[in-house]
Amino acid sequence: MSAETSTPSDAVELTSTSAGTYSPDNPAPVIEPPRARTSRSPKKVSRTNFEMWAWLFMRLSGIVLVVLVLGHLIIQLVLDGGVSKIGFAFVAGRWASPFWQLWDLGMLWLAMLHGANGLRTVINDYAERDTTRFWLKTLLYTATVFTVFLGTLVIFTFDPNIQ
Amino acid sequence: MSTATVDNPHSAALDTAESTASHLITITLRVRRFNPEVAAEASWVDYELQMDPKERVLDALHKVKWELDGTLTFRRSCAHGICGSDAMRINGRNRLACKTLLKDINPEKPITVEPIKGLAVLKDLVVDMEPFFQAYRDVMPFLITKGNAPTRERLQSAEDRERFDDTTKCILCAACTSSCPVFWNDGQYFGPAAIVNAHRFIFDSRDEGGEQRLEILNDREGVWRCRTTFNCTDACPRGIEVTKAIQEVKRALITRRI
Ligand code: HEM
Ligand code: SF4
Ligand code: FES
Repeated sequence: MSAETSTPSDAVELTSTSAGTYSPDNPAPVIEPPRARTSRSPKKVSRTNFEMWAWLFMRLSGIVLVVLVLGHLIIQLVLDGGVSKIGFAFVAGRWASPFWQLWDLGMLWLAMLHGANGLRTVINDYAERDTTRFWLKTLLYTATVFTVFLGTLVIFTFDPNIQ
Repeated sequence: MSTATVDNPHSAALDTAESTASHLITITLRVRRFNPEVAAEASWVDYELQMDPKERVLDALHKVKWELDGTLTFRRSCAHGICGSDAMRINGRNRLACKTLLKDINPEKPITVEPIKGLAVLKDLVVDMEPFFQAYRDVMPFLITKGNAPTRERLQSAEDRERFDDTTKCILCAACTSSCPVFWNDGQYFGPAAIVNAHRFIFDSRDEGGEQRLEILNDREGVWRCRTTFNCTDACPRGIEVTKAIQEVKRALITRRI
C-alpha cells in the first residue's frame, strides 16, 4: 500500500462551503477519529505472548505452505494431463498412501489456521464496534473449526469402496 | 564547489534571474481547509501565488497567511526541519513543509496540502496530536536505571552509542505514524514513532528499563500489528529507517522470549 492514495480530481469541490448555520457560538461537531488512544484507553497490557506466537506462526506456516500448496497445485493441475485426470479414483489412489494423507492433513490445518489468523487481523483492523468485532470473530472461528473438523474426518474415514 | 572564473562570472540563466523578476513562477497551492465554526465539511481552496521555485511549501503557506488570507491555520516553529511542527500531506505524501522545495514537487501542477491523516483535524492543517503523544508517553521515553545516580556522566563506548544512533534523530513530527495504514484504522496501534522512541532506549546500554518497554510493545496494539508496509520509512523527514527499528524490536522480543 502506498501513501499516495488520493489526488484531487476535477470533481473535488474547490470553493469553501458558504457559511451555513455554523458560527463561533454554534460550531460544527468535531470529527473524532474512531476510538482514539487517550490516557484513558484501557491499559490492560496483555501479559501473554499470544500476538508474538501468532506473528511467528504466520511466517513459519507460510514457509511450509509454499511447499505444500505449490506441490498440491502442480500435482493436481499440471502433471499427468492436468485437471482432466481428477476423479474419485485419482483421490482414492492418493489417499491410499499415508504420505499424501499427512500432506493433505498438514495443508488443511496450516492453511485454515493461517487464513483464519489472517482474517482475525483483518477484522481487528476494520471492525469499529466491539459487537461487530465479536460477531465477525464468532463466525470466523465457527467456520474454521467446522471446516478443519470436517476435512480431518474425511481424510481419516475416507472409504475407497463406498457405493 | 568551484569558484566562477572572472571571464564568466554568471550563467545566462542567473543573469536573467537577477535582472528581472522572471525567476518567479506561478503556482497553485490547493489547501484542504476546515473551520468547524463555519462548515461541517472540509473543502479544497486554491491560491495562485508568484513564488521562486527554490522556496519551500512553508514559504507559500506564509505568503497565503500573511498576504491573502490571515485565517489560514497551520503549525510551524523553527522553519528548519528541527522542531517537527509542520508535518503535512503534500501532494499525497507526508513531508515537512519547511523541508520541501517547490521545484522538487512539480510546481506546474496544483500542489495539494492536507493535514496528516488518522488524527482529528481541529482547523485547516492543525490536527489533535494528543493520541500521538499519548502513545509516546506510554513507552516511557526516558532513562530508567536502578541504584544511585553516579556522581559523573554515565559513560558509553562509541559502539554502544552507535547501536541506537538512528533512532535518536526523531523530532516527533508524526509523519510516520500518520502514514501508517494500521494506525489509520482505529488509532489504537502505538504507531511507528512510539516504537522508534522505545527503540532509542531499549538498545541504549545505559538504560535498564528495556524489559518493561518490550513488555508494553508486546501488547495487542504493539509491534505485532506492524505489517511491514514501509510507509513510515518513506515518510520520515529525518531519514530514520523506521521499519528496520520496528523489526529490531520484534527480534528482541522473540529472542528474549524463546
Ligand atoms: C503460499 C504460501 C503462503 C505464504 C508464504 C504466506 C505468508 C503470509 C504472511 C507472512 C502473512 C502475514 C502478513 C503480515 O502480517 O504482514 C500472511 C497473511 C495472510 N495470509 Fe498467507 N501465506 C501463504 C498462503 C496463504 C493461504 C493458502 C491463505 C488462505 C487460506 C492465506 C491467507 C492469508 C491471510 C488472510 C492473511 C492476512 C492478510 C493481512 O494481514 O492483511 N495465506 N501470509
Ligand atoms: S521517526 Fe521520523 S517520521 Fe516518525 S516522528 Fe520521528 S522524525 Fe517524524
Ligand atoms: S517548522 Fe520546525 S520542522 Fe518544520
